Amino acid sequence: MITKRIIPCLDVRDGRVVKGVNFAGLNDVASPVELAAYYSANGADELVFYDITASAEGRALFTDILRETAGKVFIPLTVGGGINEVSDFDRVLKCGADKVSVNSGAIRNPKLVGEAAKRYGDQCVVLSVDVKRVDGVFRVFAKGGRENTGMEAISWIRSCVEDGAGEIVVNSIDTDGVKQGFDLEMLEKVCDAVSVPVIASGGAGKISDFITLFRTLPKVDAGLAASIFHFGEVRIPDLKQAMKDAGIPARTAV
Amino acid sequence: MIVLIDYGVGNLFSLTSSFRAIGQDVKVTGDPEELKRADKIILPGVGAFRDAAALLRERNLDTAVKQAVKAGTPLLGICLGMQLLFDKSYEYGEYEGLGLIPGAVRPIRDVIPQDLKVPHIGWNPLIMKKESPIFKYVHDGDCVYFVHSYYAADCEEAVTAAAEYGAELTAAVQKDLVFGCQFHPEKSGEIGLRMLRAFCEF
Repeated sequence: MITKRIIPCLDVRDGRVVKGVNFAGLNDVASPVELAAYYSANGADELVFYDITASAEGRALFTDILRETAGKVFIPLTVGGGINEVSDFDRVLKCGADKVSVNSGAIRNPKLVGEAAKRYGDQCVVLSVDVKRVDGVFRVFAKGGRENTGMEAISWIRSCVEDGAGEIVVNSIDTDGVKQGFDLEMLEKVCDAVSVPVIASGGAGKISDFITLFRTLPKVDAGLAASIFHFGEVRIPDLKQAMKDAGIPARTAV
Repeated sequence: MIVLIDYGVGNLFSLTSSFRAIGQDVKVTGDPEELKRADKIILPGVGAFRDAAALLRERNLDTAVKQAVKAGTPLLGICLGMQLLFDKSYEYGEYEGLGLIPGAVRPIRDVIPQDLKVPHIGWNPLIMKKESPIFKYVHDGDCVYFVHSYYAADCEEAVTAAAEYGAELTAAVQKDLVFGCQFHPEKSGEIGLRMLRAFCEF
């Protein structure tokens, strides 16, 4: 039986790992290569590298760091950030990424998901979507959560899955950084709408938030978080043990 | 010398990095002549069976692999590389494989309940079926990483490990000196590296 995945997310800017709280006020945390190798050795099931660099120099640096990390980390590696064209898929896949996550790029270029899925396979294309409630409706936000696109989130996700997105990362802006648990209401709506794996993101503050997530929504495949792992507030081996104790299939490190 | 066959199917970056991590030199080559001198051969692969089989044939690597096996060179097929070891595959038609292990590659969809997703993707524990040298440092219940939509069928005698996904799917096989694993050892953390190390030491 497939285990539920625990995925640390590393936001990388200018070669360093940073994590925003509600997407603002970033702090430097650690070296991406070191942090990735640490997670790989300590039971993370997958890693997400998110490139939040704006400049071309930063992008080139990110690609170098990705290659170095992929040479040392032997678990699946997903890369996101700055993915606007099919050539961006090619760029990061050549550096050792296994999957590529698209967000604003898919909003700007509605053909991107379909073209990439055709070329690299559905399993390679991850749709990452930042969602926030606006007047009681789930809306898709772009540009790192700053811009309301006006699109309704569930229909957007469904159309991307039809185009070939093989996996969905649902990041709730409403719960992100608040550490009071995942956005179960939002996640349930997404799980009901699609049949591809759903990854929950935004809101985890403690081990029990993950247990609640997988118990309440057995269709959720993975939980993603950043700072609680980077700052050691939740240790992944402890989390995996707690999941096992709760009867949730989990892979423990060796 | 361990030879990693490069025949234009997929990215060998992670596999070569894995061998580097266990301190093992590998030669990445698509030259059939090099296979004659190899101590061991790794046949990787991702993508469609038909295309991969055609590429092997175009480059005369199919004959070279079979001759090396006949000469007693251990061979490890990984993911699609494992599927290529069998007689044939029913992926989008019917295509001939290397015929080194009796069996056929069939769609997972045909044997699992409708509510389970295809591809079978993620970490799944190994169910050990038979002893095999590649599992010298790997145990029943150790998790490895899978990504596949087809599985090796009709090969019960060769199955050394399986994974449960609505049905027992072939995870690893062995027939004499021919080994195969459906999962990705280069993406299966320490367990995957241990399996590669055991193959190198064998």
